Amino acid sequence: MTATAPAPSPSVEALRAAFGTAILSHAVSCGDTIVLVDRHRAHDILAWLKTTPGQEYNYLTDVTAVDYRDPGQPLEVVYQLRSLGRKADLRIKVPLDKTGSLEVDSVFDLWRGADWLEREVFDMFGVTFAGHPDLRRILMWDTYAEGHPLRKDFPLRGNFTRAEQTRQALAANPEANYSIEELSIADAFSELPDDMKRRLAAGQRGELS
Amino acid sequence: MGLTLPADPEMAEIPGVSPNWLTTRLDFLVNWGRANSLWPMPFGTACCAIEFMATAAGRFDISRFGMERMSFSPRQADVLICAGRLPFKLAPIIRRVWDQMPQPKWAISMGACASTGGIFDTYAMVQGIDTIIPVDVYVPGCPPRPEGLMYGIMLLQKKIKSESISDPTLRQEFLANEQGFFLPPEKIDEISEPFGNSVHQTRSA
Repeated sequence: MTATAPAPSPSVEALRAAFGTAILSHAVSCGDTIVLVDRHRAHDILAWLKTTPGQEYNYLTDVTAVDYRDPGQPLEVVYQLRSLGRKADLRIKVPLDKTGSLEVDSVFDLWRGADWLEREVFDMFGVTFAGHPDLRRILMWDTYAEGHPLRKDFPLRGNFTRAEQTRQALAANPEANYSIEELSIADAFSELPDDMKRRLAAGQRGELS
Repeated sequence: MGLTLPADPEMAEIPGVSPNWLTTRLDFLVNWGRANSLWPMPFGTACCAIEFMATAAGRFDISRFGMERMSFSPRQADVLICAGRLPFKLAPIIRRVWDQMPQPKWAISMGACASTGGIFDTYAMVQGIDTIIPVDVYVPGCPPRPEGLMYGIMLLQKKIKSESISDPTLRQEFLANEQGFFLPPEKIDEISEPFGNSVHQTRSA
């Protein structure tokens, strides 16, 4: 049996035709096609891949990021796409130069499922997603001050001593952003009376009598 | 009282008196009651909780120890069983659960991770729940078998049976200082050895 170089997904040629130099390079690894794209056009490219007939990558499997040990290597934000109808996969990577700002446009407007995935990447890698409606930490607590744990410059045991970590963890308020009341109010927001909506939108909270 | 008379002379019946009466030490009676009706507050976070469930289920059956009533409200619980690793994000929660439990209360640290941090010597993990709450019995294992947990429960019962209600220091609450410790850091370093993967890592640092 002769080994043949696996062919990349036909989406690569279509992308090159549509976006030209914004497509930086592509590779095939373990049968998966990986396309590296320019960070400024990433949102356009992902929107194009979602809506263009013949592509229809309508399911965002995952958003994650990779920080390489070599400090010269850029940090990569990874979008794993799947077309449910065509049963095809495509991986888009957006390299971000670590000397510049780590920022890409949020794809929350394309896939609602990107909400928590982008929050996780923000929490673990410090990548900010422009246009994300609620970009805050999701795994570590809100007042976590040690940095972004999955970055290669983050020490395994954290930046603070165990005593300081314990002190800060005990000082955290677990109900700060996740109280049952706030979550259930958010769920039922559309059914609330108008005056209550106005008060909540203005940041007012009720008083216990 | 539903007691089978023990060989203990302190529990002996007085001859010629109604058999509904017996004399005993108050300590013995109180401790007997406490030790045999421990209501556990299960704090299961990981695979140890699976073993804890097995302990509670039919084959091992901790109702033999009077513990079948899991108390999912800390206000009716006697013993906190932390089954599994404790991330820092859960530290204020287990602290609050412990503070809500009424005296008398005890804690069992089940498994390597709850007792020492185990293999999770990382930024996210509490290195032993004894830095957050006081612990009475440590059950080693990864995870401990139900027999191991039951042995820990029996050790706790033994400990309870040796308590005295005339000694108020047993029920004193030690609140953590602003560092999150119950003892000053020098004291912790003095009584503990370096642990983890680095010789520079001590209990307090």
